[in-house]
Amino acid sequence: MEASRSLISVKDLSRTYKMGEIEFYALRGVSLEIQKGDFAAVMGPSGSGKSTFMNLLGCLDHPTGGSYFLDGVDVLKLSKNQLAELRNQKIGFIFQSFNILARTSAIENVELPMLYNNKLNTKERKEKAMAALKSVGLADRADHLPSQLSGGQQQRVAIARSLVNDPVVIMADEPTGNLDTRSSYEIMDIFQQLNEKGITIIMVTHETDIAQFARTNILFRDGQIVSNVPVTERKFAKEELPKLPEINPREVLT
Amino acid sequence: MRIVNLLKIAYRSLSKNKLRVLLTMLGIIIGVASVIAMLAIGEGSKQNIQASVSSLGTNSVMIYPGSSNMGGVRMGAGSHSTLTIKDVEAITAKCEYVTDVSPVVQRSSQIIAGNQNWHTNVIGAYGQYFSIRNLTISSGVGYSTTDEKVAAKVCIIGLTVSTNLFGAGTDPVGKYIRINSIPFKVIGLLDKKGQNTFGQDQDDIIIAPFNTVQKRMLSTIYLNSILASAKSEKDIDKAKEQITSIIRTEHRLTPATEDDFTVRSQADIANIFGSISNIMTILLASIAGISLIVGGIGIMNIMLVSVTERTREIGIRMAVGAKGRDVLIQFMIESVFISILGGLIGIVLGILISVLVGRFGGWPVVITPTSILLSFLFSSAVGIFFGWYPARKAAALNPIDALRYE
Ligand SMILES: Nc1ncnc2c1ncn2[C@@H]1O[C@H](COP(=O)(O)OP(=O)(O)OP(=O)(O)O)[C@@H](O)[C@H]1O
Ligand SMILES: [Mg+2]
Repeated sequence: MEASRSLISVKDLSRTYKMGEIEFYALRGVSLEIQKGDFAAVMGPSGSGKSTFMNLLGCLDHPTGGSYFLDGVDVLKLSKNQLAELRNQKIGFIFQSFNILARTSAIENVELPMLYNNKLNTKERKEKAMAALKSVGLADRADHLPSQLSGGQQQRVAIARSLVNDPVVIMADEPTGNLDTRSSYEIMDIFQQLNEKGITIIMVTHETDIAQFARTNILFRDGQIVSNVPVTERKFAKEELPKLPEINPREVLT
Repeated sequence: MRIVNLLKIAYRSLSKNKLRVLLTMLGIIIGVASVIAMLAIGEGSKQNIQASVSSLGTNSVMIYPGSSNMGGVRMGAGSHSTLTIKDVEAITAKCEYVTDVSPVVQRSSQIIAGNQNWHTNVIGAYGQYFSIRNLTISSGVGYSTTDEKVAAKVCIIGLTVSTNLFGAGTDPVGKYIRINSIPFKVIGLLDKKGQNTFGQDQDDIIIAPFNTVQKRMLSTIYLNSILASAKSEKDIDKAKEQITSIIRTEHRLTPATEDDFTVRSQADIANIFGSISNIMTILLASIAGISLIVGGIGIMNIMLVSVTERTREIGIRMAVGAKGRDVLIQFMIESVFISILGGLIGIVLGILISVLVGRFGGWPVVITPTSILLSFLFSSAVGIFFGWYPARKAAALNPIDALRYE
């Protein structure tokens, strides 16, 4: 197969789950090219295979068939250890359920990916983690534990963690699924800023308004991509955030 | 991957789970401490018994009336009356492997001195009895052959008797006591020997010349036992054989009849008690072993549960780039730390318990390095294995499976 110029090049990717005798086809031959600098929103009904697809792209899972090139690397030929390195160096993964370490401060969570490579010393690591936290607006919460942070803040810790190793692509599976509109828009703001800096983003979402912050929308149905279109009326979080109605806490309480 | 980073990761993980670490350690601490304490108690009593038995005299040979296959060791007065002073004379004359021989008779008697009275065993024996049993006189003298010949009313008393009759610190030598109403002059005081393993007070004793006790206090010609000492340790068995044949001849036993007496050496008795204390040590060791296994199961349990509950954590680590090896090393560092620290605390605690048992329980304890090493190695191995095994299982999962783990 000739090397693709795309950042992500997927052909005929499939994933079946075996449950006893029954085989369930969660992905049925998905092909997709994503260019460097793209910002793709993956949509589709529940159970259509979006998470399955994202886990494969994030090298967290193995496909049953097909091919997958990431940044020119044939991912399916890599060993477990090489996959770990790839996740560490090139991919930032964000989960719907945050998946940050409990009883571990925000800054230590952000440091975690840097502890699994040997590029920086303790001081540089601290500075880098702090810079990442600052970029998601959490500089003042560095020493807070997850239990002391709101959902939106925890998700921003997870985003900071996904950023620290300067990944080429950020993959987010329903990053705003557990958040209210304001927190969601704040996260879209961060994503758009990152995207402006050239980081490729792939994001699963159920909300059409969130999907409009992306550049392209990909639609899944029954384990297949049914459409892949550019966003026509793209929204920008910088503009949308001020439009949100201000909630006065006193009014809510009375 | 720098090991320093993994140490940092393990350190953070340990310091964030202090209770879990403590609980896991507790299993190891209890396992190690109980084994050390149990074995120390077992070993202590074993050595104590050996010391008591050898206080009977290292080369001594005892002859009791009655046959040996009617029961174990006969320590009390013989209910069978077969030994007489003739046997003693025959052994003295014919046995070349013994140095000292003494008949032994004893009678439990009422002792009176002034307005004090005491009840104890009076032993009648030759002067050789002292050297056979390693008894030494701290004040006064032993009795002479003349005393023996004329059945002099003299005696040598132990410290307990002296204290009870004359008060602590008083030298009894030269004073008079009445044994069953017969006045005796105290001519010597024995050195203190203390209690033996069986709780007998070895200082609660009065020794008088054989003839005196037999003729003036007893109305029998039979002896309670005969005590002899072999020339040297290697002569003991030959001495036993020779004594047996001498007494058989003396008693005119036909080859078909059984011995009507029993010959035992101090070594035989030491062996019997040695095997008793071995059984006890085995018993204690198995109790300790059980507690170690129970402790081990506790360790396994906590390790398995904690690693299982951390499967999600392992998933998170792998998702951000931890290799299976990194996860394993982290868990190994944690397990080794917990096992070794727990083991060390267990050793300290075990020694402490042993010392306390020794001091307040009045029970002798001897702490052996083997027991320390054994229990430490075992519980460490359990801790490390059961920390490593589930972690290896988790590290072998796909990251997504570890993340999804419920
Ligand atoms: N580990 C698994 N074992 C068996 N079946 C699975 C597994 N994971 C997912 N599936 C099945 O695969 C299908 C696709 O699941 P997936 O999680 O990819 O859906 P999704 O598009 O992300 O849905 P949602 O929007 O609800 O998150 C579902 O029908 C699901 O039941
Ligand atoms: Mg999903």
